[in-house]
Amino acid sequence: MKVKMLSRNPDSYVRETKLDLQRVPRNYDPTLHPFEVPREYVRALNATKLERVFAKPFLASLDGHRDGVSCLAKHPKSLATVLSGACDGEVRIWNLTKRKCIHMIQAHEGFVRGICTRFCGTSFFTVGDDKTVKQWKMDGPSFGEEEEPLHTILGKTVYTGIDHHWKEAVFATCGQQVDIWDEQRSSPICSMTWGFDSISSVKFNPVETFLLGSCASDRNIVLYDMRQATPLKKVILDMRTNTICWNPMEAFIFTAANEDYNLYTFDMRALDTPVMVHMDHVSAVLDVDYSPTGKDFVSASFDKSIRIFPVDKSRSREVYHTKRMQHVICVKWTSDSKYIMCGSDEMNIRLWKANASEKLGVLTSREKAATDYNQRLKEKFQHHPHIKRISRHRHLPKSIYSQIQEQRVMKEARRRKELNRIKHSKPGSVQRVSEKKKRVVAVVK
Amino acid sequence: METVPKPGSRVPPKKDKLQGKKKKPRRYWEEETTPTAAEASPGPPRKRKRNRELRPQKPKNTHSTKKSRISKKPQVPKKPRERRTPGPQRSLSGAQDPFAGPAPVPVEVVQKFCRLDKSKKLPRSETKIRSRLEAAEVQEEEISVKAARSELLLAEEPGFLEGEDGEDTAKICQADIVEAVDIASAAKHFDLNLRQFGPYRLNYSRTGRHLAFGGRRGHVASLDWVTKKLMCEINVMEAVRDIRFLHSEALLAVAQNRWLHIYDNQGIELHCIRRCDRITRLEFLPFHFLLATASETGFLTYLDVSVGKIVAALNARAGRLDVMTQNPYNAVIQLGHSNGTVSLWSPAMKEPLAKILCHRGGVRAVAVDSTGTHMATSGLDHQLKIFDLRGTFQPLSARTLPQGAGHLAFSQRGLLAAGTGDVVNIWAGQGKASPPSLEQPYLTHRLSGHVHGLQFCPFEDVLGVGHSGGITSMLVPGAAEPNFDGLESNPYRSRKQRQEWEVKALLEKVPAELICLDPRALAEVDVISLEQEKKERLERLGYDPDTKPPFQPKPKQKGRSSTASLVKRKRKVMDEEHRDKVRQSLEQQPQKQEKAKPVGARPSALDRFVR
Repeated sequence: MKVKMLSRNPDSYVRETKLDLQRVPRNYDPTLHPFEVPREYVRALNATKLERVFAKPFLASLDGHRDGVSCLAKHPKSLATVLSGACDGEVRIWNLTKRKCIHMIQAHEGFVRGICTRFCGTSFFTVGDDKTVKQWKMDGPSFGEEEEPLHTILGKTVYTGIDHHWKEAVFATCGQQVDIWDEQRSSPICSMTWGFDSISSVKFNPVETFLLGSCASDRNIVLYDMRQATPLKKVILDMRTNTICWNPMEAFIFTAANEDYNLYTFDMRALDTPVMVHMDHVSAVLDVDYSPTGKDFVSASFDKSIRIFPVDKSRSREVYHTKRMQHVICVKWTSDSKYIMCGSDEMNIRLWKANASEKLGVLTSREKAATDYNQRLKEKFQHHPHIKRISRHRHLPKSIYSQIQEQRVMKEARRRKELNRIKHSKPGSVQRVSEKKKRVVAVVK
Repeated sequence: METVPKPGSRVPPKKDKLQGKKKKPRRYWEEETTPTAAEASPGPPRKRKRNRELRPQKPKNTHSTKKSRISKKPQVPKKPRERRTPGPQRSLSGAQDPFAGPAPVPVEVVQKFCRLDKSKKLPRSETKIRSRLEAAEVQEEEISVKAARSELLLAEEPGFLEGEDGEDTAKICQADIVEAVDIASAAKHFDLNLRQFGPYRLNYSRTGRHLAFGGRRGHVASLDWVTKKLMCEINVMEAVRDIRFLHSEALLAVAQNRWLHIYDNQGIELHCIRRCDRITRLEFLPFHFLLATASETGFLTYLDVSVGKIVAALNARAGRLDVMTQNPYNAVIQLGHSNGTVSLWSPAMKEPLAKILCHRGGVRAVAVDSTGTHMATSGLDHQLKIFDLRGTFQPLSARTLPQGAGHLAFSQRGLLAAGTGDVVNIWAGQGKASPPSLEQPYLTHRLSGHVHGLQFCPFEDVLGVGHSGGITSMLVPGAAEPNFDGLESNPYRSRKQRQEWEVKALLEKVPAELICLDPRALAEVDVISLEQEKKERLERLGYDPDTKPPFQPKPKQKGRSSTASLVKRKRKVMDEEHRDKVRQSLEQQPQKQEKAKPVGARPSALDRFVR
C-alpha cells in the first residue's frame, strides 16, 4: 500500500512574526474561482458607480479680471503659468499652483483680442481693439522701471487674432487679411487675402509649422502655406466658423468650432467631407483646444458649458458647467494634459480636471493597480446597458436640458420631412445626403 | 600586482578562434554533452544557425505564437537538448543563453486556463471591430499561457492511495491508513460518539477549517476541527433538520422543527426567520449571499442573508422537498422529487430551468461536482447514476447498489461518496474533470450507525460523515484540492484577513437575477437584442445605414476617365456582383431539388394523384 495524505505545514502559510506581511498563496485554477464573469461584472458596475461618485472636476476659480475674459494663452515652458486677456484691455499672468495673479498689465484700450506666447517663453504678444500689436516681457519690469511693451506695431485696421510660429521668430495676425510678421520688422512680410471678410482667428500648425489655418466671417476656413504668397485652399461651411485648432499629433487634422452648434474635424487633404461631426452643444461653439495627446479636445460654447470630445466620437464624453459660469469664451487644455482652463463672460478663469474622477497627487502602487484594474473592467463591460446608463449620465442645467429636448424634436421633424420627400418623389430624383456632407457648401482650391 | 582572472575570461578568445567559431562557451552543467556534440559534427551547428536566421524573431500572427509558446507534448524534464532546439541565441559578449526563447508550457495546462471557445468563429463584422476582437483573442491566449506557467509555483501535491500490485484499495481500512500516514494527518481521523442525540447532519465551512453539526434531538455544535477547539455547543430543544454555515464561520443557519434560526459562533440566537417554516434542507450560495431553503410545504425559498430579505419563494408543485443540492459552478439549485425527476431552479424564474427524469422511483440524493459537469443521483430503484450537465443531461454511467444510496457527495477533485445504510463507498475517476467510474470503489468504510449526512472537507483529504452514532471524520487520500487560493478561501487566514475578505465579498455580491445555467453568458454578445436594435433603427431611419453604397468609379488619369470607360467599369462591377448572386442561388437550388424528388423508382401513372 502506498499512501500520501495532503498534509500542509502551517508554518509555510502563516506569517512568522506580526511584523511580516500575511502570506497569500495563489492558485489561478478556474474551478477555484467560480462566477468569474458575474463577479467581474459586479466589480465593473461598482467601479462605474464610484467613478460617478468621485467625478468632481472643478478645481479652482481665478478671479481678478474686471471684465469678461476674452483670450487665454499657455506658457510654453512653465506648466504653472497662464496668461489671460480681458475685454477691458487688461492682461494678467497667473500662477496656477498658488492660484494667484502674479502680474497685471493694462495692455490695450478696448478688448484684448488675441494673446500668444513666444516659443521660448520669454515674451508674449497681444493684439487689441486699438489697432496695435504689442510685444511684452514675460517677467515684467524690474524695480523702478515702468511697464512698457518691448515693441509696438501700429496697424491700419483692427487685429482680431494672433498666433506665433512654433519654431521661428515669426507670427501671424488676422483682421481684414492674414499678415505674417517678422519679429524684427514693423511691417508684415506678406499679407494674404481671399475674399473681403474679416478673419476671426489664425492658427499655426504645430507639426508642419509652415501651415496656417484661418476662419473668416464669410463662413469659410482658409488654409495657407507660409512659404507661398497665396492661400492653399478653402472650404465653405453652412455657417460661420469661430475658431480652429490643429491636432498636435496628426499634422493634417484640424477641428473647427462652428456657429451651428457643431464641431467639425477635417482632414486637410480631403476637405469635402469632414472626418467627424461632433454634436452636443446647444449653442454656438466659441473655442476649441486639443489635448497634447491628440486624442481628445475641449470645446467652449455660448451655452455656458464646456464639453470634452474624443476625436473619433461624435458625442461628447464629458460636460462641465457651474451655476455661476456664463458664456464661455475661451478654453485651453494644459500641456500636461491633466487640466482644462476656461475663461468666461463673468470675469473668471476656471480650472478643471481633464479626467473628472481622477485622483490628484501621488498614487501608491496599490492605488495605481486598483485604478488600472477598474479601468480595464469598465472598458470590458462598457456596453452592458446598466453600466452604460450609469457611466453616460450627466446632470445638466435646466436650460441646456430643455434645449436638447427641443433640438431633438426639431431634428426629428427635419429628418421626417426629408424621408417623406424621398418617399413621395420619383425614385432617385431626391438623394439622401449624409449628415457629414450636408454642412459643406463648397471646397475651393 | 596580481589580478584575479574573471570567471568569464577564463578561456582566451584567441584560442577559441583557432579552434573554430562554432565552439560554444561551456557551462558547468553541460560538461559532457556539448563538447562531444561540437567535436563530432562540425556541420550541424552551422545548419542550425542558418535555421535560426530564417526564423522570424517575433512571431506575427496568433498561430505562430501558439506554436512557439506551447509545446505540443507535456514537458519532459529528461531532455534538456530537445528544449534548446530553437537554438541558443548569441549575445554581444558571445555568451549563449542555454534556455533561449520563451519557456515551453504543456498544452493541457494551457487548456485548463483557456477561456476562449475555439469552436465558435468570429462573427462577420467591420474590419475595425474584427481586428479589435482578434487582438483581444491574442491577449486572452497570452494570459492563459502566463497562468499556465504560474502553475509551476504551486507548493503542494495532491494525495493518493495505491494498492501494491493487484491489491484492492477498497479493502484497505481506515486503521491501516491512519497507521501509514504522518501524525498530523492521522489526527484528522476521529470519531465523536454522540449516541444520545440521534443522527447528525454536518457542514464544513468554506475554508474547510470549521465543522458544524446538528443532531436530530436538538444538539448543535460548531468547532475548529483541526485544532479540536469547540466554539459553541447548545441544545435548541427542538428537532434539527439541517445545519449550514453562512458565508463565514461566524454565522450558522439551523433548520429547526418549525422555523429557521440563525446563530453566531458563540451559540447566541441572532434571528428566527418565521417566513421560512418547516425547512428540511438548506443550501448556501456563497457568491450570491443567498440561503436556499427547501420546505415540507413544497416551497423553495431564497433568503438574501446580506440584507435579510426573501428574494424569491418558488412553489415547486411536487410535494414535500427533502432532496436538494446546489451546482457550485452556476449556483443553480437542484431538487429531487418523489416522481423520479430532478428539477433545476434559479430565483429569477418561477418555473424550473430544466427537469431531468432520472429514476423510476423517487430521487433519494443528488450531488454535483465542483466543475458543474457531472451530477450524481440515487433513487428508490437502488440505482446510482451519473449525468452530464453540459446541455444534454444524458446519463453517462449507472450502477445498481444493493441497498441504494441515501446520501451523495462530490469532493473537490471529483471523488464521489455515497452513504448506503451504515456503509460509505467512495468512487474515484481518472482526474479532476472526468466522471468517477462506478465499477470498483476506491474506499469503503463501515460506521457504527446509519449515515445521515456526508460532506467532503474542502482543502483537506477528509470526509465527514454524520450518522446515528455521532460524527466520523474519514481519511480519503486524494480527495481535496491541494493548493488553495489565499484570496478566495484561506484555511489559515487571520481575523483581519477574514474581515477584509468579508468586505470584499459583500462588495462583489452577485445579484440573484444573474443565476442561470451558463454563468459566462454575461460576457457574450447579445445577438438577439442587437438584431432587434438593428431592425428598429431600420424602421426609424427608413434606410439601412450599414448597406454598401452602389459602386462609383473613381476618376482616373486624363483620357481614361471618359464617360464610356466609366460606364464600362461600372458595368464590370455590377456584372461581378450579379454573377455572385447567381452562383449563390445555384448552390442552394440542387439541395431543394434533391429533397423534392422521390427516391429512385420510375415515374408511375399513379404519381398524378400524389399530393
